[in-house]
Amino acid sequence: MGENKIIELKNIAVSFDGEPVLKNLDLSISDGEFVTLLGPSGCGKTTTLRIIGGFVEPDEGDVFFDGKRVNDLPAHKRTVNTIFQRYALFPHLNVYENVAFGMRVQKKPNDEIKETVARMLKLVNLVGFEKRSVSTLSGGQQQRVAIARALANNPRVLLLDEPLAALDLKLRKDMQTELKNIQKSLGISFIYVTHDQEEALSMSDTVVVMNNGEIQQIGTPQDIYNEPKNAFVADFIGESNILDGVMIQDYLVEFFGRQFSCLDAGFEPNEPVDVVIRPEDIDIVEPVKGTLTGKVTNVTFKGVHYETIVDFKGFKWLIQTTDYYPVGSVIGIVLNPEDIHIMKKSEYSGMFGDYSSYSEEFDELGDPEAGLAEDAGEGEE
Amino acid sequence: MKKRLSAAPFAVWMGIFTVVPMAIVLWFAFTDENGAFTLRNIAEIWQYSGTYVDSIWMGALATVICLVLAYPLALSIARKAEHVQRTMVMIVMLPMWMNFLLRTYAWMSLLEENGLINHLLGQIGLHWSIINTDAAVVLGMVYNFLPFMILPLYSVMAKMDNRVIEAAQDLGSNNWQILRRVILPLSAPGIVSGVTMVFVPAVSTFVISKLLGGSKYMMIGDVIESMFMGDGCNYNVGAALSLVLMVLMLICMSLMRRVDNGEDELGGMMA
Repeated sequence: MGENKIIELKNIAVSFDGEPVLKNLDLSISDGEFVTLLGPSGCGKTTTLRIIGGFVEPDEGDVFFDGKRVNDLPAHKRTVNTIFQRYALFPHLNVYENVAFGMRVQKKPNDEIKETVARMLKLVNLVGFEKRSVSTLSGGQQQRVAIARALANNPRVLLLDEPLAALDLKLRKDMQTELKNIQKSLGISFIYVTHDQEEALSMSDTVVVMNNGEIQQIGTPQDIYNEPKNAFVADFIGESNILDGVMIQDYLVEFFGRQFSCLDAGFEPNEPVDVVIRPEDIDIVEPVKGTLTGKVTNVTFKGVHYETIVDFKGFKWLIQTTDYYPVGSVIGIVLNPEDIHIMKKSEYSGMFGDYSSYSEEFDELGDPEAGLAEDAGEGEE
Repeated sequence: MKKRLSAAPFAVWMGIFTVVPMAIVLWFAFTDENGAFTLRNIAEIWQYSGTYVDSIWMGALATVICLVLAYPLALSIARKAEHVQRTMVMIVMLPMWMNFLLRTYAWMSLLEENGLINHLLGQIGLHWSIINTDAAVVLGMVYNFLPFMILPLYSVMAKMDNRVIEAAQDLGSNNWQILRRVILPLSAPGIVSGVTMVFVPAVSTFVISKLLGGSKYMMIGDVIESMFMGDGCNYNVGAALSLVLMVLMLICMSLMRRVDNGEDELGGMMA
């Protein structure tokens, strides 16, 4: 990954019909980096991508390519290419001509076009599909044509707008790996928009978590997961129990009336904080040995583990465990210092992390169609 | 079986009002006044070959003018916000709510030697003798049939996926290239139906040519009308004239379609 910044967004602000969509956004992308913009629908991630692609002009702020300001440069003159939601293939052209489109426009010689199209179709595993009409292809195949078409233009940066949202789970997983491999082998930057946190974590070099038109956190997938900056990030990336605590001093936090040692420092003495505990980090022990004891109120079998909801003094925790504890049983838990993550208080404090409303939240997460419906809305952004 | 049954009303309708009349036209065209088979009617048509050519030429001219006017208009309507689109389509359709004959009479009084236009032109010392010319007839055709070109074009363009246009832009197309490589080929079905809806009534019109073209039989429609109405009427020759017009129009349309398909393929290869 090169260290030179290929794209920089500075103080970007956009509003549509008086509604602010992006507020004061700063972002830079390095050459060869795989950056994912992650957030719920309506968070501004697609708008950010469209600003880079040249389809939306920011009301305020500047866009730089290689240090040159490109605010006014129209989309067709930018050295980026986009893979659109639902592909947007040309229905009147066959696979070959779809992939060749960019080169035809640039009036490239036929030999070169032929060679490039063949290379691209090989890259996306569509050799032999040249003459096929795009309407006869499956979703996954159309997706591959869209990738080949965008890459045939030899872009410095590829923009991907929820490219896998319309594919089924199995195909999505395969395409994730394939896209990552393509990105590595070509060595160009990918800017990838998704609302799927798992997709973001497994593919990216850098994840940009967005909400309400603002960047919440930028970091490696590990940073984002292990050291979420606020309750929104902690909740959006994976499952989290988020509780109120007080940072007594460096490396010592108090919650539920008890003090725990932790690995965080740099807070004011007695500063109120949010404490994040991941459900998979919690060790269940016999009640007498636990630092906290609670009562199991709900158990769901998930295959890899049981999702166990435990009531600690009225606050419901989610614990992922491979052992089965029936509803009503009393358990103890032990928290190691590395299991406790401390975050500064933010506007999101108190909004997430209590699993009292657990089942509804899971219905939503487990239903891919719900995600799709949201996408359709986001397209309007 | 059910499907067939539900199509029955239409089949009956078609039978009574299309198939039977066609058969009658055919029968008249190939018989003489005594009902005996003859080819004389068809042979007599040769004397009107010039009128056929004129009609097709004027119909084609009006169609091309309609297409040239309607295409950019339809495109600009289709790219507006939805409520603006509705209003603009309404405005396009508005003249169609007025009686066709009335509209054409209105043009007649506008274009007359002493009509409104010449009255206004006279104020600045000009005069425009357009009434009773081919130009006046073509003008009348364009005016009357323009909405039939705009609407099919607009409906195809409104359905066009904007992301496809953005994709073309993204791949480096400027506005002209987007028009030529994406919008034009994708709107081809609209062009075909618009051309059909304008060309067919334009070639066979007789009202417009009668009112704006003066007393001479300018269009084949006028000749056909004269064969069924008035003194020199001859149903058999009239039927033969109609039959030949029908065949000529079919040939024109299928040629058009072929050109359109060919362009598609050619466009595909050159695009």
